[in-house]
Amino acid sequence: MNLNHILAGGLIWMASLVQADEMKMAVTTSFHNSGLSDVLLPEIEKDLDLRVQLLVVGTGQAIRLGQAGDVDAILVHSKTAEEAFVADGYGTHRTEIMYNDFVLIGPAADPADIATATSAADALSRIATAQTPFVSRGDDSGTHKKEQSLWDTANVSDRDVVWYKEAGAGMGATLNTASGLNAYILSDRASWLKFGNKGDLALLYSGDPILFNQYAYLPVDPARHDHVMSDQAARLENWLTSPRAQALIDGYTLNGETLFTFNAK
Amino acid sequence: MPTLLRRGQFGATVCQARTFWQTMPTALTPCAIFLHPPLSNQKNVTIKDKKTCAACAVPGLCRINQSGTGIRTKQTNAMNEILQGLIQAAQLIFSLDRDLIEISLRSLYVTVTAVAIASAIGLPLGCWLAVRRFRYRRFVIATLNALMGLPPVVVGLIVYLLLSRSGPFGVFGLLFTPTAMIIAQVVILTPLIASIAHQAIRELWAEYHDLLISLNTTRRQRIGTLLWDGRRALLTAALAGFGRGIGEVGAIMIVGGNIDHATRVLTTAIALETGKGNFSLALALGFVLIGLAVLVNLLIHSLSRTEVSGRW
Repeated sequence: MNLNHILAGGLIWMASLVQADEMKMAVTTSFHNSGLSDVLLPEIEKDLDLRVQLLVVGTGQAIRLGQAGDVDAILVHSKTAEEAFVADGYGTHRTEIMYNDFVLIGPAADPADIATATSAADALSRIATAQTPFVSRGDDSGTHKKEQSLWDTANVSDRDVVWYKEAGAGMGATLNTASGLNAYILSDRASWLKFGNKGDLALLYSGDPILFNQYAYLPVDPARHDHVMSDQAARLENWLTSPRAQALIDGYTLNGETLFTFNAK
Repeated sequence: MPTLLRRGQFGATVCQARTFWQTMPTALTPCAIFLHPPLSNQKNVTIKDKKTCAACAVPGLCRINQSGTGIRTKQTNAMNEILQGLIQAAQLIFSLDRDLIEISLRSLYVTVTAVAIASAIGLPLGCWLAVRRFRYRRFVIATLNALMGLPPVVVGLIVYLLLSRSGPFGVFGLLFTPTAMIIAQVVILTPLIASIAHQAIRELWAEYHDLLISLNTTRRQRIGTLLWDGRRALLTAALAGFGRGIGEVGAIMIVGGNIDHATRVLTTAIALETGKGNFSLALALGFVLIGLAVLVNLLIHSLSRTEVSGRW
């Protein structure tokens, strides 16, 4: 490494400090782990000259960040929590952007035989009956909340058991845990497809309409936090609901599979 | 990626300099393959397709971004990850990956600044504690020693709550900036540096005590003398602080937020890539981090001319 390169690095670093427009957005881990953010952010910077700084956290924490006013907007996937966020006056409104679906992942040998399940709830009750290991996010994220509601639908209330393991981590880290334990796990499809350490795991069950996973964009209310960059948040919202975003989101595929479907109105 | 550099006048120089380095990975490939035969040559390994990985440009060698679920024995798998980590680290360094340089420089910037501030507070504090006798001295020293093991996660959480927009210092808007990361690291490093400095200066003070008292020096002069004459031991204190800071992830993850091109450093990038299951890339970054720490220590030692013949 000679002086030129040190200089170049320094300049890159300084250049990152003099950017004009910046805003902070808290997003769910699946938005980032799926690789979609790497596709959208450079285009946003090109089109709007706006640098979106991503805080990759679970939906629960994203909502906390929005409530505290530490970010300008959030992009999450838990409808009940989002509606409460708007109702409590933290966000101005909720805009649906895109959806994908949740899938059940498990050991390829499928000891609980969930591949032939009739519904997602049926699949979960089969796991509970077989008492095969199941790894939960356990971090109050959108995926975790969905999983909790699925267990309730399946009438499995006693989850303080040995085979049910709460990782308390993001989607990728929890998939790593499941891969290590060769356990069942609920994941969003995009994170699963992009995940690099699949081990013996395989996608076993998907397709139940209950597994629908809607992502929505919520700008933080400037009336509550006057430092919030609501102009930038509004520009970003316009872009995210534009045909340009639609083409990019619908066109983002991995191994020939579409990961997200645009459905903003 | 910042656009200033690409458009700007510096572009030409950088490009010329990069041409040579960009050819390096290609030149290295035969050696890499010689040292580590392609996976397809090994037993129990199936590779579905030999794609060229954008990150390391070695066909069929890197399994990142490939979905091939070949049957591998676990041992082979783990060993491959480590070997690939090493190879990829070499490639990242020799190709001067822009993002790698950026996050490495940010790692250095955050930790070096934090060490400088923590030393400015910790070294005189440690020295003062050695020289000054007061009532609760033992208690203060014991507390300081205990704070050496301050859990970074807790420090991160407290600094986070203080700097949050809803917290007392929210108006400064410091959360999720490198400044917040420096603040957290200063809190973690100061007790460590002060404690080690105190231990070193205490020995020196026992030696200098009679002399400095008989010369009727002021306390300020005594501290100054001890700091200067104990500078090599104090350097160790600062380097220990650097070692703890550069590898720290708990606090800076919380207060920095691991934002790409803003607060991402080597350790948080490693955590992120591990989360994605990209073990060899995570490992490559880990080797870069270790290399960086060794390099800085060597540099400091050679600049301060310690460990050379005729001196201690």
